[in-house]
Amino acid sequence: MQSTSKLSSAPPDRETANYLQVVTSLGILIATAIFLWWGFLFLRDSEGVNQLIIGAFAIVWGVAGVGLLYFGLNRFIESFSDRIRSIFQPFIFVGPAALILTWFLVIPTVRTLYLSFLDSNSVNFVGLENFVSVFTDRQMLTSFRNNLLWMVIGTFSCVSLGLLIAVLADRSRFDRVAKSIIFMPMAISFVGAAVIWRFVYYYSPPGQEQIGLLNAVISVFGAEPQAWISSFQPFNNLFLIVIMVWLQTGFAVVILSAALKGVPDDLLEAGRIDGASEGRIFFRIILPYIQGTLITVTTTILIFSLKIFDVVIAMTGGQYGTEVIATNFYRQFFINRNFGYGSAIAIVLLLAVIPVMVYNLRQLGKQEAF
Amino acid sequence: MAAIAKSSSRKPSTFWINLLLIVICFLWLVPVFGLLVSSFRTREDISSSGWWTIFPHQAWKRTSEIALTRGLPLDQPVEVLPGQRYTDAQLREGVILPDGTQMQWSNRRQRVLAISERQWTANLNFYLTNYDNVLSGRNYRYTLPDGSSQEERGDNLIGAFINTLTVAIPATVIPILIAAFAAYAFAWMRFPLRKIMFAAIIALLVVPLQAAMIPMLRDFTSMQINGTYLAVWLAHTTFGLPLATYLLYNYISQLPRETLEAAFIDGASQWTIFTQLILPLSLPALASFAIFQFLWVWNDYLVALIFLGGGGADMKVMTQRLADMVGTRGQDWHLLTAGAFVTILVPLIVFFSLQRYFVRGLLAGSVKG
Repeated sequence: MQSTSKLSSAPPDRETANYLQVVTSLGILIATAIFLWWGFLFLRDSEGVNQLIIGAFAIVWGVAGVGLLYFGLNRFIESFSDRIRSIFQPFIFVGPAALILTWFLVIPTVRTLYLSFLDSNSVNFVGLENFVSVFTDRQMLTSFRNNLLWMVIGTFSCVSLGLLIAVLADRSRFDRVAKSIIFMPMAISFVGAAVIWRFVYYYSPPGQEQIGLLNAVISVFGAEPQAWISSFQPFNNLFLIVIMVWLQTGFAVVILSAALKGVPDDLLEAGRIDGASEGRIFFRIILPYIQGTLITVTTTILIFSLKIFDVVIAMTGGQYGTEVIATNFYRQFFINRNFGYGSAIAIVLLLAVIPVMVYNLRQLGKQEAF
Repeated sequence: MAAIAKSSSRKPSTFWINLLLIVICFLWLVPVFGLLVSSFRTREDISSSGWWTIFPHQAWKRTSEIALTRGLPLDQPVEVLPGQRYTDAQLREGVILPDGTQMQWSNRRQRVLAISERQWTANLNFYLTNYDNVLSGRNYRYTLPDGSSQEERGDNLIGAFINTLTVAIPATVIPILIAAFAAYAFAWMRFPLRKIMFAAIIALLVVPLQAAMIPMLRDFTSMQINGTYLAVWLAHTTFGLPLATYLLYNYISQLPRETLEAAFIDGASQWTIFTQLILPLSLPALASFAIFQFLWVWNDYLVALIFLGGGGADMKVMTQRLADMVGTRGQDWHLLTAGAFVTILVPLIVFFSLQRYFVRGLLAGSVKG
């Protein structure tokens, strides 16, 4: 713990403002503003400067700038009387976060909603036309179907496999190694994972040597090699979903096994003494006990699979009937430059997460601390 | 679920549990292992045989050749050895001779047959050239099997590696600092709108970033920062802030009340308490979010694609580069495998060295939720 002598170097209680401190803190704030602006211009306009210098400067600029800003503002507010200080100080602490979130997340989301009622160049008001297209366009309908596959099959596989592995690991001496291995893909980017799995699914025409693992395995059993990710539509989506399961099951395992460890032993013991089978104990005691965690994991993976983008772009580019909502958003926004349509798709994504949002807020309301 | 039922006899056998775990872990590791092995194999080997041929296996090995008369008609069975006639189709497929060797066309146009014997072999030609080619950005020359040579373009992943670091470090540090201040205020200060603001942060946790992207890009364009690192940092800071604030709040609000009260009684200001007490005490939470955010930014593709896409080709981060390679050189497995492994190396190192903190962060974010 810090020494108390350091802590007691605080300003004494004050009824009036300290005008010298007002001036110095204003000076700090002005200097900080100049520093931030100058750094901003340097970072914006510096071309051809060594990247390492830019990166190092950015770290110093960002951290020192933000730190100085807090320090200056805080010093400024502390130079006034205690009453004023206690009113405004909290806003200095939350202010920057609130400002950034409002400016770059809340207002843009509202603007996206507005844009979704305008045409492709955001000029004319077209009412619900974009939304009508979203729900009638063939490609969009395919992407809704695919997203549903991702959300239902992907999430179910991740959670149930995760639960299975967590239960197994709980009873094994190798639990830490096993969990590390299952968890490891979480560190891998989807683009990297796409390369890994393209190699697994790689197809060479029959008669040639198969260098893709899956085709080599089925060739051993005498089956014809298949182009897994371009044929069998719409079942080729399942081969993409496998990649998400591979990446995300570790997340479910880690969280569910922490929850399993929290199940009280005497509860399990009581069940065993009453003569319940292990299966009964699992379904009647363990599952209800970890229900809350199970819901959290499921919703997290559900939202994740709703927004799935990278893996589809990197595996198929959205071709062969594998497009999802996020790839369609990207296509409308960046390739077709149809801002109205793109915004409407983004709003559909937003609407889809609203139930989760409401659930989270209700959970927050139940917390006593708040 | 069947496996759970299986293990739910009176005494779940540890053997079966471990066996099942080993099988699952094996399945999980095989794809990465295949990538790793392939990235060290020669360009020739990687496109002609599976990576598993590095393990000892039985394969046909050519021992001799038989040259037939050139221009020998193939529309009827040819007599290769005295008394043994084979059709063209058979020779294409390969025929097993009575002595166990295999006969197949080696060069059909020249009418040369190859005799192969079944032998134990392992394909152990490894080299580092693939890594050299994806990292250095130089052009490189290959000798093809027929003796001719071919020049190919390499890739410059070293540059992309530095770009990714340039994006990832500020995009990790800045949101943590801002979020720590906010989390402290939410946890230990009382002010109007506190509940509403915190509820807004909870709501923003799940807002898909696509919902803000179009107007955000427009703002960045009008600020003339689109396609610069500044835009990516701002975007990552924004998208990371809700989770950072929430995770740090969970931790900071659990700190022992007595410690803070003691400091207050000593007359310490909020600023002093925050910088001298809260920040040092929250280091584990700061570390776990830092790892979380670092991995997220490092592996991100969409944000970089949109906010850095307007920049030059030499500003691209590794995920963009790798995705470009997949798009343009999807068959060049010698480059793709090495490239992919370079991009996942840093996250894997971070992950395995700091796994404990990472897991703690995940648990703080999810189990409480």
